[in-house]
Amino acid sequence: MSPAKRTLAVDLGAGLVLPTPVMVASGCAGTGRELSGLVDLRKVGGLVTRSITLEARKGSPPPRIAETPSGTVWTTGLQNPGIHVFLDAELPRLARGGAPVIVSIAGGSLEEYVRLIGALQTRPEVVAIELHLSGPDEELRRDVLGAHVDRTGEIVGAVARMSLVPVFAKLPMSASDLPELAQAAVRAGAHGLTIGGPPPALGVRSATLRPALGAVTGWMSGPALKPLTLRAVFEVARAVPEAPIIAVGGVRSAEDAVEMLLAGASAVQMGTAVLVDPASPVDVARGIAGYLKAKGLESPRDLRARLRVPAGFGTADEP
Amino acid sequence: MKRVRAEVLSTRKLGAYHQLTVVAPEVAEKARPGQFVAVQMPEGREFLLRRHLAIHDASRRGGWAGTLEFVIDPAGPGTSWLASTRAHSFLDLIGPLGKGFSHPRRLSNCLLVAERHGAATLYFLAQELVAAGKRVDMVVGAETLERVLKPIDAKRLSQTVAIVTADGTLGDRGGVMDVLAEAAERSKAQVVYAAGPARTLERIAAFCKERGLPAQMALEERMGCGYGLCQTCVVPVARKDGSGYDNLRTCMDGPVFNPARVLWDRWLGERPTMLPTPPEGLPVVRAWPG
Repeated sequence: MSPAKRTLAVDLGAGLVLPTPVMVASGCAGTGRELSGLVDLRKVGGLVTRSITLEARKGSPPPRIAETPSGTVWTTGLQNPGIHVFLDAELPRLARGGAPVIVSIAGGSLEEYVRLIGALQTRPEVVAIELHLSGPDEELRRDVLGAHVDRTGEIVGAVARMSLVPVFAKLPMSASDLPELAQAAVRAGAHGLTIGGPPPALGVRSATLRPALGAVTGWMSGPALKPLTLRAVFEVARAVPEAPIIAVGGVRSAEDAVEMLLAGASAVQMGTAVLVDPASPVDVARGIAGYLKAKGLESPRDLRARLRVPAGFGTADEP
Repeated sequence: MKRVRAEVLSTRKLGAYHQLTVVAPEVAEKARPGQFVAVQMPEGREFLLRRHLAIHDASRRGGWAGTLEFVIDPAGPGTSWLASTRAHSFLDLIGPLGKGFSHPRRLSNCLLVAERHGAATLYFLAQELVAAGKRVDMVVGAETLERVLKPIDAKRLSQTVAIVTADGTLGDRGGVMDVLAEAAERSKAQVVYAAGPARTLERIAAFCKERGLPAQMALEERMGCGYGLCQTCVVPVARKDGSGYDNLRTCMDGPVFNPARVLWDRWLGERPTMLPTPPEGLPVVRAWPG
């Protein structure tokens, strides 16, 4: 391929084109000002906002983070100012940075999601919606709202019908059958899926007999997650080959990102890595470009699901 | 705030602590007492997050212009690695971060209360207060002699110093609370600055409230990034208009806060335990994922 034709831009379909396949994951993109002095946002594939709820949330009590081997255990309890303050104060600032803005929304009921998308749908700054589905279901009194096919389909369907931009369902890592959930989400109208994200976790301080986090339980993030994410992406990509997948969890190097693309992702998000190195999404994108050049490939799309698995893998004959 | 590649000029042992001096002119120029930096950890280790170091000194003029000093308590793998860095190695450093201490315009008698390496940030403040013509008095406390940071500097920077150690190896035996009232009276304190462990700060805050003394304190809460992204380093702070409180980030909205507005009970109050049967009265915390 001639270098002139080589591009980092990824077309995720439905008019959604990102300048690079490397975004900042939800909860690590700040509120609009924090990152701008530390990274050239025009070279970032996209910013996913912290998850926004209908009403403001104060979040969980500190401590909210603890270090673990090659990772962190954390929870913020979805601290956010609520959709209306977010739309007035944060969204314009985030959009001015120059990176495409994907808004993550979270709720405990169908009505909450519908009202959130209703408030968001006319905002031109938003290029896509990500649905946070890992919270408790307040209507059906279940621990994890999006871990059930019926509920995922219902909520994704309602939001997707109202949204003017593509909707990505971020499926909970704790769900027992991710491929089935992914199929339900896509059938209901999700344009794509965000796969990976933090599994539920606990940190313990033996010296004090106390949990590491004020909220007791939290989530795990960091490079330790990479193999979990790779497997989840791989399986979901085989279940819904037509839907774009955004991989999140364990990406900190260009090599990690390339592995995610080979497993079936169209783009990746970085979280913990950005907390350590705010310029890492740009460095990783540059590294992907280097990999493409070395392999004589034209675009990140050429890597998608190119993992070579033995013929017959996944068939009934598999031991 | 700048991200720089800072050369290590020296590391030296200071009792139980290590002093780290780096060359970072762009950061030193802007650094104020109370602010901190976030230092990246080496690659290929299992500890990831940046370590956050209070600025102990910043030279802007003279032969050492452009240097920053930090005091490290090598208590964990990251701080131990920092303590072992050699001269002429490089650190990836982001700073200066956070809001520092502000100077009182009219008040002139400043009492600085430090426990353990909280003294690092307060000695930097003391230099500025003295340069601004204020009277500075200090109370410095630690478990033992080795953990009293630079007692000679404390004496050099202040009119009077009360040093206390829990084991009596330096100064009086006891804690900072044992000598605080006397120090406040002796120095005719009009404003109190404090840094150290949160439980001590809580008690100093109660003391200041009781006496109607204005105060500023540098708070520490577990941090993820240090530059405002992750929303983990929060402390509950009452709103000015009295309409409730907000969980504010110590990295961006602090680390220096007015202790009269910090909701100490909510912040440090009974934390949940892992005991099979929690003692009575422990709050049941319903985690909301996010």
